[in-house]
Amino acid sequence: MLTINNLHVKLEEEDKPILKGVNLTVEAGKVHAIMGPNGSGKSTLSYVLSGKDGYEVTDGTVNLNGQDVFGMEPEERSSAGMFLAFQYPVEIPGVGNMTFLRTAVNAQRKSRGEEEMSAAEFLKIVRLRAKELKIDADMLKRPVNVGFSGGEKKRNEILQMAMLEPKICILDETDSGLDVDAMKLVADGVNSLRNSNRGFLVITHYQRLLDHIKPDYVHIMADGQIVKTGGPDLALEVENNGYKDLLAGVA
Amino acid sequence: MTVLTKNFRDIELRIAKLNLPQGDWATEARTDALKRLRSVGMPERRDEYWRFTRPDVFNQSGTPPATVSAMEKEIVFSQVDALQIVFDDGIFNAKESDTLALEYVSIDRLAESSSDTHWAKSLYGQLETNGQKPVPRPLGSLNTAFATDGILVLVKGSAPKPINIIYNQKEETSDVTLHHVVRLEAGAELTILESGPAAARLNNVIEVDVADGAVFHHIRTQNNTKDNHVATHIFARLGNASTFKSFTLTINGKLTRNECLIEITGDDAVAHVAGACVGDGNFHQDDTVFITHDAKGCESRQVFKKVLRNGAVGVFQGKILVKAGAQKTDGYQISQSLLLDGDSQFLAKPELEIYADDVICSHGSTSGAIDEDALFYLRSRGISEYEATNLLTLAFLAEAMDEIEDEDLREMLTRQLEGWLERHRG
Ligand SMILES: Nc1ncnc2c1ncn2[C@@H]1O[C@H](COP(=O)(O)OP(=O)(O)O)[C@@H](O)[C@H]1O
Ligand SMILES: [Mg+2]
Repeated sequence: MLTINNLHVKLEEEDKPILKGVNLTVEAGKVHAIMGPNGSGKSTLSYVLSGKDGYEVTDGTVNLNGQDVFGMEPEERSSAGMFLAFQYPVEIPGVGNMTFLRTAVNAQRKSRGEEEMSAAEFLKIVRLRAKELKIDADMLKRPVNVGFSGGEKKRNEILQMAMLEPKICILDETDSGLDVDAMKLVADGVNSLRNSNRGFLVITHYQRLLDHIKPDYVHIMADGQIVKTGGPDLALEVENNGYKDLLAGVA
Repeated sequence: MTVLTKNFRDIELRIAKLNLPQGDWATEARTDALKRLRSVGMPERRDEYWRFTRPDVFNQSGTPPATVSAMEKEIVFSQVDALQIVFDDGIFNAKESDTLALEYVSIDRLAESSSDTHWAKSLYGQLETNGQKPVPRPLGSLNTAFATDGILVLVKGSAPKPINIIYNQKEETSDVTLHHVVRLEAGAELTILESGPAAARLNNVIEVDVADGAVFHHIRTQNNTKDNHVATHIFARLGNASTFKSFTLTINGKLTRNECLIEITGDDAVAHVAGACVGDGNFHQDDTVFITHDAKGCESRQVFKKVLRNGAVGVFQGKILVKAGAQKTDGYQISQSLLLDGDSQFLAKPELEIYADDVICSHGSTSGAIDEDALFYLRSRGISEYEATNLLTLAFLAEAMDEIEDEDLREMLTRQLEGWLERHRG
């Protein structure tokens, strides 16, 4: 589904390489976790995949279901099924959350040549999904992420994911800043979207999210590369011994 | 004799082809206004409030042509149940206008009110005179002297529906001077709507006297073609616990100067002036506001938002003057521009002048581009760059649009903005 091949990325503004040859394939139906110390390039990978400005791809390819991702605008990637749950969701004063969701859902449908969702149908689905994530009517009415707590912002990301039904879901530290209850809600939201057609790339700094979202594979990223790949046990190893030992073993 | 400097010579050029209407109750006020004009001269670039805007086109005798839109014009407020008054190039169109009758409201026309004891006699040119201090507003005096028509509205209760003034431009070089006088007696209520490009060159004045406890709302759209030149003034006086709220949406036009001068003379009054504008290319839009607090416990708000692209220029000059004794004044002022490219410009002069100690006044002015992070966030959800930019542009304007209390009217003006965005793709 998503194939990342020898990806090298540097900052556009300065000659600072950040990703130094990332190789990774996420198959449909599988959950891949990426763990790694702060600054290892996890967020950069997620931004480059979704098309944020400011990075330059110096080598490598990314392929999503047969399409060259780097030839696509961010909105085209989204319509093709790519979704990033942001580590820091953006506040947008003046744009209502509901308007935003409906515009996004219909923009994707239009680009795929499908009919727009009727207002009634949209409302029905959004209410249902919001309820599962304990997002109340007030949060739907408010401007996007404005005045939301950390946990509310993350739940709002999962709501968008549920509404857009992407093929590949990238979650960047969706667990950071969440208490246990909020993490459970978010994990339930993610788990309910797991199916055989959808792949997940779950970026996390800590192991605890992976207790709730059970990964098929765990990768360790360090200094812009995936240095180790294993099963769920690898996450426990990180939890118990930290990155230091692990990375020392690699070097 | 001193030699006349340029802006004094300009008066004679400017008025050479104009006639000062004679023989009615307003003649004295008109003659006085011409005297006022002659004493201050036409506006010049070096005048305090003309540094950011060139007044030349308002001073010259001829009118630069402005294309008359060939399209059948959509009347912005056509869905509103209102008393409709139509002016074509400043000439009253009786056929298109409703009968000038409304419960609790008396409506006359300036051009046809010859009785020597008209109620408007005590106001016509009077609020304009008050507005000349401390800074002259010569185009206001020019208007009082030479206005050819306008409506005189006396409100004695709660008007059952708004008055909707529709301006049509018919000729490419029409030069129009209109002067309206509105008096709301104690406890009265009225909404006035204005829309349309009135002329190639327009000079429009509204004098509004809002007595104790009265409520006045004013919603205006200046939906011009690209060449119009427009200068407007609102001169308002507010009594005890009265409310004045004015909102202007400016779309296109080569040069628009909107001045709003408010004297708050009664305690606990509320004055809100707000505006939104969108301009592309050869567009210069100027809001110049002066609010004088001369009473206790009053609130004033100025909220202005400007979207500018392709070299468009926005100007905001807003002042809050709090006189000694105007304690518990609550004054707020914000002016912001969204520059959609590097060529556009926003010039702002926010001013506070306060002579009372127990007041809250704040002002802010910012200029910025589209928020790249917000743009990427929207695009990452499948929204095209064009649509995302429009969403963020409307979001930017929202704080000003929210100043329109009536939801339906707000919706109508938002649709005007959406139409503009649709016509002005990147
Ligand atoms: N826009 C940027 N400007 C400057 N440095 C950046 C930028 N984006 C990423 N970096 C740098 O790249 C490295 C990787 O950052 P990031 O991808 O955020 O790591 P992680 O998400 O794994 O903590 C860090 O050293 C960070 O400082
Ligand atoms: Mg990160």
